[in-house]
Amino acid sequence: MLTWIALLALFLFSGATYAFGRRKAQAMAARGKPGALHSLPGYHGGYVALWAGLPAALIVLAAALFGGRMEAALLRADSPAAVQALTDHGQAVFFDDARAMAHGTQASETIYEGDLRTAIEDKAVQAKRLQQLIQYGALAAGVVVGLAGLAIAYPRISPTFRARNRVEGWIAVLFIACAVTAILTTVGIVASLVWESWRFFQSVPPLDFLLGTAWDPQIAMRSDQYASKGAFGAVPLFAGTFLIMLIAMLVAAPIGLYSAIYLSEYARPLTRGVVKPLLEILAGVPTVVYGFFAALTVGPIFREGFNNLGGLLVGGPLNGLGIYLSQVQNQMALVAGAVMGIMLIPFVSSLSDDIMNAVPQSLRDGSLAMGATRSETVKQVVLPAALPGIMAALLLAVSRAIGETMIVTMAAGLQAKTTLNPLDTVTTVTVQIVTLLTGDQEFDSPKTLSAFGLGLTLFVVTFILNVIALRIVQKYREQYD
Amino acid sequence: MPAQRDDSQARGTAPVHISVDRAYTDGPQHEVKIRARDVNVFYGDKQALFDVSLDVPEKAVTALIGPSGCGKSTFLRCINRMNDTIPGATVRGRIELDGEDVNDKAIDPVILRARVGMVFQKPNPFPKTIFENVAYGARIHGLTSSKAELEALVETSLKKAGLWGEVADRLHQPGTGLSGGQQQRLVIARAIAVSPEVILMDEPCSALDPIATARIEELIDELRHQYCIVIVTHSMAQAARVSQKTAFFHLGKLVEAGPTGEIFTNPRDSRTQDYITGRFG
Repeated sequence: MLTWIALLALFLFSGATYAFGRRKAQAMAARGKPGALHSLPGYHGGYVALWAGLPAALIVLAAALFGGRMEAALLRADSPAAVQALTDHGQAVFFDDARAMAHGTQASETIYEGDLRTAIEDKAVQAKRLQQLIQYGALAAGVVVGLAGLAIAYPRISPTFRARNRVEGWIAVLFIACAVTAILTTVGIVASLVWESWRFFQSVPPLDFLLGTAWDPQIAMRSDQYASKGAFGAVPLFAGTFLIMLIAMLVAAPIGLYSAIYLSEYARPLTRGVVKPLLEILAGVPTVVYGFFAALTVGPIFREGFNNLGGLLVGGPLNGLGIYLSQVQNQMALVAGAVMGIMLIPFVSSLSDDIMNAVPQSLRDGSLAMGATRSETVKQVVLPAALPGIMAALLLAVSRAIGETMIVTMAAGLQAKTTLNPLDTVTTVTVQIVTLLTGDQEFDSPKTLSAFGLGLTLFVVTFILNVIALRIVQKYREQYD
Repeated sequence: MPAQRDDSQARGTAPVHISVDRAYTDGPQHEVKIRARDVNVFYGDKQALFDVSLDVPEKAVTALIGPSGCGKSTFLRCINRMNDTIPGATVRGRIELDGEDVNDKAIDPVILRARVGMVFQKPNPFPKTIFENVAYGARIHGLTSSKAELEALVETSLKKAGLWGEVADRLHQPGTGLSGGQQQRLVIARAIAVSPEVILMDEPCSALDPIATARIEELIDELRHQYCIVIVTHSMAQAARVSQKTAFFHLGKLVEAGPTGEIFTNPRDSRTQDYITGRFG
């Protein structure tokens, strides 16, 4: 609370210094000729405001972020003999409870008696004092630093002072900081994936994981239980992922590509203006909606269709196939793959359409003027020119298909099978990660850690696909720019 | 647009007549190849050409000149029906190629464009090899029946375009890797590979440097002995250098046309006079 008030006060102070600096610069500009003042008055104001506000804000924020830790460290600096007699864990609980008493938060249910009782009461008083010291100290430091910043920056305002360059330099720093945040977050995610996977690979050898053909991530509750060791072979999961991706691409690639050709080469502007947004609405449907569409609508329709077909075949020359078809279940790779393909259509068509539109009109005119028909022009000139970009779009779609979770969770099933039969139930890497990590889990068993192994492998695969796709797009851009 | 026509009459300009076109007859071989009569072109509601009537002679270069937006490129695109590819464009009037109306329902624009080749302002080689660029028309129209024949056709076309010596040893490299002037000669080779009767050129040198321009102009001068060439140009000097007949367009109307020498030395219309002396444009 105090932090927020302090930050608000600082903001107002900084705003005031802005007006202050601006006015001084304006007064100078009014006396001189145009161009006599190097930077516009606003930049001078901004410069002063930055000096007055930024360092002070950093101090207040640092106190808010690290004040608690500082307080805890100082509190532990000298501990009474009675406390030192406790175990490390006991000491940690003691100090946590002392701080909880001081700040009125939830303490553990440990009962302190005798020496410990007086010690914890002492420490609670000390914690309260330390907290106030840190907070007010930071506040005082903020005030001093803010005033010092004003004192440094304000006198610098002069007609020749390059306030604009300074302020713009700081704005560049802000941009860099934002970019670095995104990169660091990614690095952090990858690091955590690698770290947890490494822990997983200590209990399951990487080769067993990558090449094993049995997936049964059961871990015994007791060591004498029958299923004491689970099986962590990821091959069936990747096979299932691959099968569904293949079906999805068989649906999305031709439909997406052909609709892109229609949109960019044949559609009149009016038609295009209607059809393109409609296709893009398809891209806005949440995947969970596709998921229950697959599980509750498409699945039963497909099952019924196959069951009926099977019924017709039973007793005929294809009796075996008939029996198989009449027993097909709702959950099958075909349903999940087909619905995922529909989800990817706008992705493929929109990207390919943009890429084909980027092919210069002069090439089309050149081809048409040679007496080529529109279709010949598309086949011979537009598609070859757009091919690298289209390949990249398809690769991006593949990496989305591999990473897609909701549809397969709801429509593909949970049984790990290595099969290419689209009517069979399969499971994918993403589905397994979901089932491994949902619900109450202990976070140090191979069962939960295997999710990180799967995640890392998946990440590597999609990363490679994306890199290839982006490289292709880059090469393509160089050709036309 | 009737309103605009009224306007022009109000300003007292002479109504456009076929008489503005003086024939170019420098010998018996220059019969009329393209005969345009009362051509009007509309882009949506906007009229771009008004009653243009012009005769284009065979085996000669006809230059279309005039300030930007005067309709000279529009007229050029009527001849091979490239205006068909622009949504909302309508062409009225008669354009005859050897006496046949190109806008006739019986004429397939695809066949017409094989007879009337076109070279654009910006060189537009396809993203294919030099060889495939030149072979393009032959392939889509099925002009050759063997590989050797195709190779011979590519070679003669490149030679006619004056490019063979520069690319003979790199026929299978991308056409987009050539310089601007070479690319423009490559697309000329591509156009003449299908043996067209007419070659339309839409400011073919405007994206080129003076040296490349000079090469293209020489090439045009050589090609005129075999083809009927219509060239749109911004440069009056170029029109004077390469053409035998010149047509001056202004505000969508054909102001005056005739043998190039006469147009440049003795224009009949004051607007032509003003334009060629650089008073507007």
